[in-house]
Amino acid sequence: MSDPAIELKGISKAFGAVQANKDISIRVMPGTIHGIIGENGAGKSTLMSILYGFYKADKGEIFVGGKKTVIPDSQAAIAAGIGMVFQHFKLVENFTVLENVVLGAEDSAMLKPSLTRARRELKALAAEYELNVDPDAVVEDIGVGMQQRVEILKALYRGADILILDEPTGVLTPAEADHLFRILDGLKREGKTIILITHKLREIMDITDTVSVMRRGEMTATVKTSETSPAELAELMVGRKVLLRIEKSAPALGEVILDVKDLNVTDDKGVHRLKNVSFQVRAGEILGIAGVAGNGQSELLEVLGGYEKATGTITLRGQTIDLTGGKSDGQSRRRRGIAHVPEDRQREGLIMDYHAWENVAFGYHHDARYRKGLLMDNAAIKADTAGKMKRFDVRPPDPNLAAKNFSGGNQQKIVLAREIERNPDLLLVGQPTRGVDIGAIEFIHEQIVALRDQGKAILLVSVELEEILALSDRVAVMFDGQIMGERLPGETDEKELGLLMAGMTDVPTDKPVHEAVEEQLAHAGTGDKRGS
Amino acid sequence: MDLNTLIQMLDATVRLATPLLLACLAGLYSERAGIFDIGLEGKMLAAAFVAAAIASVTGQVYLGLLAGIGASLLLSAIHGVASITFRGNQLISGVAINFLAAGLSVVIAQSWFRQGGRTPQLSGEGRFRSITLPFAESLSGVPVLGPIYAELISGHSILVYVAFLTVPLTWWLLFRTRFGLRLRAVGENPAAVDTAGVSVIGLRFAAVGICGILCGLAGAYLATGLQTSFTKDMTSGRGYIALAALIFAKWRPWHALYACLLFGFLQVIPLRPDLITNTLGLRLNGQLLEALPYILTVVILAGFVGKAIPPRAGGTPYVKER
Repeated sequence: MSDPAIELKGISKAFGAVQANKDISIRVMPGTIHGIIGENGAGKSTLMSILYGFYKADKGEIFVGGKKTVIPDSQAAIAAGIGMVFQHFKLVENFTVLENVVLGAEDSAMLKPSLTRARRELKALAAEYELNVDPDAVVEDIGVGMQQRVEILKALYRGADILILDEPTGVLTPAEADHLFRILDGLKREGKTIILITHKLREIMDITDTVSVMRRGEMTATVKTSETSPAELAELMVGRKVLLRIEKSAPALGEVILDVKDLNVTDDKGVHRLKNVSFQVRAGEILGIAGVAGNGQSELLEVLGGYEKATGTITLRGQTIDLTGGKSDGQSRRRRGIAHVPEDRQREGLIMDYHAWENVAFGYHHDARYRKGLLMDNAAIKADTAGKMKRFDVRPPDPNLAAKNFSGGNQQKIVLAREIERNPDLLLVGQPTRGVDIGAIEFIHEQIVALRDQGKAILLVSVELEEILALSDRVAVMFDGQIMGERLPGETDEKELGLLMAGMTDVPTDKPVHEAVEEQLAHAGTGDKRGS
Repeated sequence: MDLNTLIQMLDATVRLATPLLLACLAGLYSERAGIFDIGLEGKMLAAAFVAAAIASVTGQVYLGLLAGIGASLLLSAIHGVASITFRGNQLISGVAINFLAAGLSVVIAQSWFRQGGRTPQLSGEGRFRSITLPFAESLSGVPVLGPIYAELISGHSILVYVAFLTVPLTWWLLFRTRFGLRLRAVGENPAAVDTAGVSVIGLRFAAVGICGILCGLAGAYLATGLQTSFTKDMTSGRGYIALAALIFAKWRPWHALYACLLFGFLQVIPLRPDLITNTLGLRLNGQLLEALPYILTVVILAGFVGKAIPPRAGGTPYVKER
């Protein structure tokens, strides 16, 4: 048996009081795809950042190809043949693909020879691994899937034999993810070693040879993928059995709560972001909006939430909602009974440096319960926050802790508690479980379903198709600012929704589905406005 | 307006644009690397004082120039340590440098030379003198081109030529070399540079250092080339005008040249109010004319020149994310 491509022995790393990695040992064999799975905050990314020289381990040893290697910085990792594709791409957005590939790996002080060589090598790599990218395209103009390929090319150009990918499919459509997996397969066949970090069980089962499970900074198991099951992995991840499907009864549909007609939004660059969007949401119903990020879902939530101008009509319980003017702000929307859990909780849902109790009062700070004359009644807010934290299982249940000191899942629970406990007629929810660990996902989903069962209307926007299918009573798919169609979750599948998400209403017959989808996406690739 | 007057005005424009251009390019290096530098003014002022003082004491203008660059580099180093090493606020650090330079230059000048905060008048080898380019005199007889060559192009101090040559040099460095690629990258996304295995801190200090050298040249030119001594606050806002020109130029070297020539020209106009009266047929208040560059600065900074997108990582210290 040959030496492992990578062997870590006893790696430990602490950030202040948080022990991110505890005595971790792992062996990754060459020419395999090795998955590392774990909940958010389990320490996967920290471990890989140590391997890439981004952080320095407090303790432990690294062996590359059987040789003990010290990796003090990224330069050393690159020299040892390790390449990394980060979850948030490290690309210079206004540089061309070629410039990004060359950056840091230039041959000489002059750029031109490097660029020429890189152009030649990109061509060769593209042919070898299905990594087609236009070398002269500016990175901010190409789609997310393409940007990810640039990151892979960067690593290969630097001669990486070991490729680490951190949550690579989080931003991809199903078709793009399939393409990525084909690329990874090709790399494996060429003898490259791949480490895939993810929290998605399906990916692990589909593509890896071996899988290691991390929980709370520790490595709990390493098993052959063929000898395990999703249920076993899920249990290893969270330390108890979890329901992967949501138990919910058939919806008891009531009157129409939200009626949206011909909604149009044009942004300040003149781009038409919403095009004649019309739909209804009834009491006791969850309408799920599926789509690839950046196809108008964010704008839709912003309009409904009261911080984006639009034309068209919106009625709530038959009464018109102002789309412009003084009564079109978030305050007025909340007063009318629309609660909003925004897509980006760290930017729109919370103020990260403020205490939990202050965040609980935001948007409702004029409420009589929170006031004592002209002043805020801090004691009342804190008491209310403590109650909410208990009911929503926020950990730690400390109202005086700053929002940034909670994990992603607990931050989301704070936002959810604030909005749901207002007893709204309509709840807008954007990406409720983005960056949230499995235990919290389950809880959040239960809360949303419980609100539906109380007869409230819920508009759910998510890029996670599984989530949409599990939660929704009805699914609408958005593409390029339009609603492509509505489906009932029991009568559709990921494949059909995937096609609608790519703007296609019919299944192509003349070529494989993934190719057709990619062509379509290449044409529409500019609609994305992914945050950094 | 006849050709001679025009040439005279353009000649003065070139002289007045030179310190702006040097400061503007100084800011360009710094800001392209992601370090905002509002302290161009202070660095120029410090360099102007030290250059004039040393030139007057030693009688050697080149010693003055070196000392001026040294003073400016020292302030750059302070800015670098504060904003790169200690990740402080770049604006506050810059403002502090401006105050420091404005106060210290006058105080030291007064206690050293006892001339009311000035330095003694420079003469001879103590100041930069104009260089007559080859054939300037023999060609001056040629119609149109002759006077343009002899008056406008020839007859400036060496620093003027250095400033104008720095423009193509900067363009070449930024867009044709490895250093330039990395410098631009570190101002846009330092994480990309860091993960590519290149030192963010090293690059940013290099940029701040270049900025210091160019501010030093600008300041030395003010006190030993354009004028013949240091006077209190002699930069009179040129550092800020240079910043406005930099925004106007959208952080591009050739455009920086055009923007600085425009600001230089606006500074020339109040020197010849008679020309305005003659050509436009109306008398304008002299103070209004003098205020022109500043008014344009405000207009530019208020964003009336279209959208200027600064380097995306500008102003934010680089911290590896958790």
